[in-house]
Formats: sequence, C-alpha cells, structure tokens
Amino acid sequence: MSDTPRMPARIRMGTIWLEGCSGCHMSFLDMDERLIDLADKIEIVFSPYVDAKAIPDNVDVFLVEGGIGSDHDMEVIREIRRKTRVLVAFGDCAVTANVPSMRNGLDVGAVLRYGYEETGQPIQPQIPTQGIPALLPQVLPVHEVVPVDVYMPGCPPSADLIHFVVGEVLEGRLPGRGVRARFG
Amino acid sequence: MTPVPIPAGRVKTLKIDGRDVSGYENQTILEIARENNIHIPTLCNLEGLDDIGACRLCLVEIKGLARLLPACVTRVQEGMEVLTDTERLRRHRRMVIELLLSERNHVCAVCVSNGHCELQSLAQTLGVNHVHVPYRYPRMAVDATHGRFGVDHNRCILCTRCVRVCDQIEGAHTWDVAGRGVEAMIISDLKQDWGASATCTSCGKCVQVCPTGALFVKGKAVGEMTKQREFLPYLTLMREGEK
Repeated sequence: MSDTPRMPARIRMGTIWLEGCSGCHMSFLDMDERLIDLADKIEIVFSPYVDAKAIPDNVDVFLVEGGIGSDHDMEVIREIRRKTRVLVAFGDCAVTANVPSMRNGLDVGAVLRYGYEETGQPIQPQIPTQGIPALLPQVLPVHEVVPVDVYMPGCPPSADLIHFVVGEVLEGRLPGRGVRARFG
Repeated sequence: MTPVPIPAGRVKTLKIDGRDVSGYENQTILEIARENNIHIPTLCNLEGLDDIGACRLCLVEIKGLARLLPACVTRVQEGMEVLTDTERLRRHRRMVIELLLSERNHVCAVCVSNGHCELQSLAQTLGVNHVHVPYRYPRMAVDATHGRFGVDHNRCILCTRCVRVCDQIEGAHTWDVAGRGVEAMIISDLKQDWGASATCTSCGKCVQVCPTGALFVKGKAVGEMTKQREFLPYLTLMREGEK
C-alpha cells in the first residue's frame, strides 16, 4: 500500500490520433517509468490507449496527433476544442500537416484512383465510400481549423519533450515559444 | 621588415549592441559583428560568395533609421549604433522563417537533409514551433535527370547560393533564376533538364553549398545528406593569392 495518498482530482487528459502514423503516441509511451509518476497526476479519459468511444466533456488537456485530413477529423477536432481547456498540437502532422500534406498539391480523386485502382493488381478495383470518412481536398495543420494552445513539433516529438510539455501543462503553464524543438 | 598590407579604406568606429568596435570602411556590419563574436543569423550568406541581402535574416536596427537594414550588405559608418538582437528583429526573423516554410513543401521528416538543414536549425534556434500563415502546398517537381545529383524544388528557398557558387567559383553559370516572386525557380541552363546541361561540370559545389535538401547527392536516404562547405573559403583565398 502506498504511503502517499492519491491526488483527489487528477488532470483529465485526452489523446487522439487523426491523420498521422501513431508514432507520437509511441513516443508518449517512450516516457517509460516516468509514466508511473504521471499516472498519479493524470486520468486518461479518451485515447487510443483506453476504450472510450465518445469525446468526454470537461477535458483539461488534449494531445492531438495528426493533421485534419477527413470530414470526420474536421468534426472531431471541433468537438475536442469545445470540450477542452488546453489543446496541444502533438507532433509535426498536427503542427505542419507533415507527410500527409504531400498529397495536398494533388487532386483527391486522382490520389484515390491511383491508390485503389491503378497500383498493384486489384481484383475488384473500387474506391471505398461506405462507412469511412471522406478525404478533404487538403490535409490541414490543426491550428488552421481550431485555435491551438501549445505546439509540440517533432516527428515524433521526443519522450523528453513530451514529458516537459505535459509537466508544464500539469503546473498550469503554457510553454509557448519555450518549446524549442526541431521539425522533423 | 615587410610592412603588413593594409586593406584599402579608412578605419571606422561604431557600436554594435552597445560594444565599441571598429572596422575598415569597406567592411560590412556582418563582418565586423563576426570578428567580434556577435552572432547575427544568416541564410543566403556564405563565406566565399558575394552577398546579396536576399534572405533578410540578418536585418539589424540602426539608431536614427526607421527601416531595418541587412547586415551582410550594409557597410559600416563612423558613429553607427547597431542593434542585432531586439524583440522587433526576433519577430521579423521568425516571420522570414515562417514564410520560407509555408512557401513550398518542407517536409522535414522525409527530407534527405533532416537534422543537417540550415532552415530547420534556424527555425529551432529562433523559436519557430509553428507557422502562423497558411501553407501554400504548391506542386513542385524533382529533377533527377543528372547522373549523380538531384534537385528537389519543394525544399528550395531561393537563396541562390548554388547560382553564385556555380558562377563565381566554378565559372560555369549552369544555374540561374527564372520567373518572379512566388513563381521564381532555380533553373539549369535555359530551363532544361539538369542531366542534359551542356555547361554543368558535375563538380557538385552547388550541392555542397545548398542550405537545405533542395540539392542532394543521389542515393542518400532521409537525414543522410550532410554538406561539406569548408572548401569554399580556401578556394577563394587561393584565387586571391593568384591575382
């Protein structure tokens, strides 16, 4: 049994993975044993790490990985913004649109046709439309859609940077330009 | 005893960031600042090439002047009071970097120069952790027709170091700039494929002076393209000796 009592109110944190590769979430897990200390201070209320299905109300801090690339991303980022106090653009895809933005100079239809009909040897070439989100004409950085409070560049951001930013937010500070991290 | 040769021009005294410094009248603020270990960020400047004042990162404040002047092409004057690191200048420099990042497609994560790029490293040191203006996402080509090198226009910031080194040092003038404003492009010969160039000597100097991953050696993967620039001041120095 632990001698230190649990903090009565832990910070409510959400994390989400939009148009990215999940690498930033992997880097979050690279905080390793520091996660044990964080677990006492943070309650993960929505994340690929847990099983919540809907964006909960009243989130203190949301780490958003990935750019805004589909109509679903667009909807969900607006909902997150409404329900969140501190929104963190988590990694290069969220901050710059990064690799997903490499399709931005191309026509979406042409990209889909190339991917689903023209490459390889598809048995029944067809572009999926049922039950999946439609791609936007361009993938956008999160701050081009909703206001962002903290920017965390990096592909992925290092575990040390994530630890620093989460620590600052836990202390009620917004690091702003204090985040001196490299793109890429 | 052989007298020490004195460069043409008189000695001027001035202040940079409150420090008393001196230099010859044909020297620039940037040169004098560097001689005195005062750091001014630069991008288009490269020792050994003529300065053109294109990137505007080296803008400095001069007391009594409302507008900012580029330190690399502004000659020192008697009594000048120069400031190199004010909030106004930091704001301008961040804006320059943000405009460069938004103009083309600098996808650092998959760039051959990731980790060795002057634009990327300036963004970090100047505290650019996002870009306030909308990205343009233009569709840009890659010319891979040359046997050993490639040019990826997505990463080009039009510093023209390649144009200058090819003209001033190699003497080939394969590279030049075509178009104006946002349409401006680095071209080889008369906007022909690099591989078909009749003037290119394949010396690779342009590749080595390029500050980003725009010019690269073929076969380099992400982050593998490191540039060697030490040759340039030596070449310039040796040629001065020949005169």
